[in-house]
Amino acid sequence: MTGRTPVRLTVNETDYDVTVEPRRLLADVLREDCNLTGTKLGCEHGVCGSCTVLVDGEGVRSCLMFAVQCAGRDIRTVEGLAAHGRLHAFQQAISTEHGLQCGFCTAGFVMLVVGALEDDPSIAEDPERLDGLLSSNLCRCTGYEGIRRAVLRAYGRNGTHEKDGAEGH
Amino acid sequence: MKPAPFDYAAPAELTDAVTALAERPETARVLAGGQSLVLDMHYRRERPALLVDINNVRGLDVITVDGHTLRIGALARHRAFETPTVAPAALGRLLSRVSPYIAHPPVRARGTMAGSLAWANPVSEWCATAVALDAGIELTGPLGRRRVPAGDFFVGPFRTARQPAEILTSVLLPLLPGQVGVGFCEQRRTHASFAQVAAVAVLTLRDGVIAEARLGLAGAADRPVRAHDAERHLVGREAEPEVFAQAGELAAAGSDPLAEPHAGVEYRRHVVGVLVRRALAQAREDSNGNYGDEGRDRHEGREAR
Ligand SMILES: Cc1cc2nc3c(=O)[nH]c(=O)nc-3n(C[C@H](O)[C@H](O)[C@H](O)COP(=O)(O)OP(=O)(O)OC[C@H]3O[C@@H](n4cnc5c(N)ncnc54)[C@H](O)[C@@H]3O)c2cc1C
Ligand code: FES
Ligand code: FES
Repeated sequence: MTGRTPVRLTVNETDYDVTVEPRRLLADVLREDCNLTGTKLGCEHGVCGSCTVLVDGEGVRSCLMFAVQCAGRDIRTVEGLAAHGRLHAFQQAISTEHGLQCGFCTAGFVMLVVGALEDDPSIAEDPERLDGLLSSNLCRCTGYEGIRRAVLRAYGRNGTHEKDGAEGH
Repeated sequence: MKPAPFDYAAPAELTDAVTALAERPETARVLAGGQSLVLDMHYRRERPALLVDINNVRGLDVITVDGHTLRIGALARHRAFETPTVAPAALGRLLSRVSPYIAHPPVRARGTMAGSLAWANPVSEWCATAVALDAGIELTGPLGRRRVPAGDFFVGPFRTARQPAEILTSVLLPLLPGQVGVGFCEQRRTHASFAQVAAVAVLTLRDGVIAEARLGLAGAADRPVRAHDAERHLVGREAEPEVFAQAGELAAAGSDPLAEPHAGVEYRRHVVGVLVRRALAQAREDSNGNYGDEGRDRHEGREAR
């Protein structure tokens, strides 16, 4: 395909029919064509993780994927987490534990953690793997400690994520 | 910057991918995990006219044991190697020890082993592993399929024996049966940095004596290399700390690292010696079944297979 191409993206279970050049990054198309500006772009080099979204359930750098690669895939962004006017358990936990200050990194961290912990909640019980996960993304404000506590609050033993029950909220 | 414009094809069949690439091999690029290529396109170090995205090609993601070989398809992601059950015995332990050193989980979810080899960064962990194990690199092009030994595949920094019209379709690693111990050590600036130097060690022991030794080095030259002098020194000797230290010295003396801003030539050479010594000690421990806490879990995981 050459030039602008029609693509149907499924983001947070909603279809977005967009027409994009193949060179457009998933992150840019989410922000500019789907108007989902919760996803942030920092480095655009795969380093900072502020652009992390879930594609088919896995946390990926949306600055290192093209939107045309994502047709037919299940994309989730931070906008899709809150339901019925309530924050997702991990969003609530990050607020409670002071896991953000300026907030620029927050959407990326939330998607990183939700993707990984939905796949394998036992990461919360393993400090080494949790450190490994959280070192994926950069936060210039919090020193990571609040974010780590938020993971434990939501996904640790008796975590709020469990108590909230339904639909992963 | 953003990537320059390109045409895009994402075929579902390997033959169609080969055909698309062969139409204009010099200006087309294969897109695998994109974790290096898209970055190069952001910097506009790469401005391909056509991207042949192989992510939709059927059957390329499989990892299978095929006789004495582990066959790894081009779409096997770094992440697949995080668990030792990916391969039997020592090979599974080695791959799962190396994989966590590559970037971090979101990059490992996309990036591929084959893509790492095709990219051929001299500090790549997979490239050093491939050279240490004498991997076979299978290339498929318009003229058919051929296999290149890893030792001949890497010809310089980011340069390989792959022809522009060829797709790297499989990586073939030998299984490591018998009393084999594996070790891996890496020096890097931060958790998510590329290696400055890394060493892969594989020892086959008979009654405490080294019957075969393989040492693969990243960051010790302009391409991944084996430390042949050190390997020769090890064979026939006891697996003892002094012998490992001597092997480290030989590997350091034989290395010819490139300078980079955070690691000069002398520093890198010194680190080669230290890491070779430590990787060998790890390999000896590993062969004893003396896995340490982390290793013991892995061992059980393997037994549970
Ligand atoms: C933040 C960050 C940290 C990283 N840290 C490390 C690290 O510590 N160690 C490390 O080794 N790597 C690291 N990487 C790179 C990562 O491992 C890449 O996944 C890998 O280098 C390339 O694999 P890929 O599948 O992403 O290939 P791509 O980026 O898609 O391609 C890379 C190159 O290889 C070619 N290519 C890819 N697959 C094929 C194929 N099957 N046939 C022919 N040509 C092919 C492409 O055309 C391109 O030229 C890091 C990347 C990022 C973004
Ligand atoms: S913007 Fe994608 S990793 Fe920084
Ligand atoms: S809250 Fe400011 S960068 Fe993380």
